[in-house]
Amino acid sequence: MSKEWPLWEIFIRGQHGLSHRHVGSLHAPDAEMALKNARDVYTRRNEGMSIWVVESNKITAFDPDTAEQNFAAPKSKVYRHPSFFEIPDDVGAM
Amino acid sequence: MDPLVTFCLRMGDTTLILGQQTAAWCGHAPVLEEDIAFANMGLDLIGQTQLWYEIAAQTEGKGRTPDDLAFFRTERQFLNAQLVERPNVDFAHALMRQYLFDAWHLPMQEALCESGFESIHDLAQKSVKEVRYHIDRSRDLIVRLGDGSEESRAKMQGALDALWPYAADLMATDEVEETLAAQGVLPGLDRVRTAFEAETAATMSRATLEIPGTGHARIGGRTGIHTETMGYILAEMQSIPRSFPDARW
Repeated sequence: MSKEWPLWEIFIRGQHGLSHRHVGSLHAPDAEMALKNARDVYTRRNEGMSIWVVESNKITAFDPDTAEQNFAAPKSKVYRHPSFFEIPDDVGAM
Repeated sequence: MDPLVTFCLRMGDTTLILGQQTAAWCGHAPVLEEDIAFANMGLDLIGQTQLWYEIAAQTEGKGRTPDDLAFFRTERQFLNAQLVERPNVDFAHALMRQYLFDAWHLPMQEALCESGFESIHDLAQKSVKEVRYHIDRSRDLIVRLGDGSEESRAKMQGALDALWPYAADLMATDEVEETLAAQGVLPGLDRVRTAFEAETAATMSRATLEIPGTGHARIGGRTGIHTETMGYILAEMQSIPRSFPDARW
């Protein structure tokens, strides 16, 4: 077994109303210490008001080699963007 | 000296020397995350030092600045508790020193939040939030490393055995504190020792560490008596401003 501490992904919410955003990762022996380390590493300059930590190996992702089959198709389907409607002037800003 | 000035120096010197000792870990802590955390904590302590020295300098009224107090006093004029001048040795010692300090510092700052002297009251209101985090962090690590592997437990117990006698110096008081207590500047000092004892007993038991029962206590720092390490700390900390007193950033 590796003697390295496990890796944790860190998510921080900058202010009320925003969602948590991934800011980076760090090592820690457990979730509690990961939170404390994240507080020290990522919120020194008043960046956040809430922190989530998730053990990196609990995250499931597509294999980058399958990017083509997963993500290429929509590139040619511009009509999926709602950018072809004419907005009447009296609707104002959307 | 005005008892208020003496007290502010006792507090500010203690946070300064610990901040200096903590700063020495920058770039040397066992892991990157701990490195940043330790440096952060040291900076908090040096920030608090500045506040204590401002009150001391203002009360003294001799035109000295916080920098004068930090860099142009000699060993016998420093009134920090001996605990914080004990050497870094290894991470176990640095962490145990930090935890014992925190276990005293938090109840002390909580008591100072009720001070009748406005600038101390304000200082404590600001500092106590930092100190609550410091002890949360150091307590967690003491428990994890004490109740950890055989090797980590042995190192933590060794550090506790070496440093415990110096904890008494944090709580040593004399007529300075008594005078200020009578004036309402230092309320509830008697609760600090009780809180320290309860905090350390509970944490060491969770950490499966044993507090030495020798009753041996080392005091003297509050009156300027220091251990053999103090001169080296000051030499390193003061050498630049003493060589180049007019240097500016």
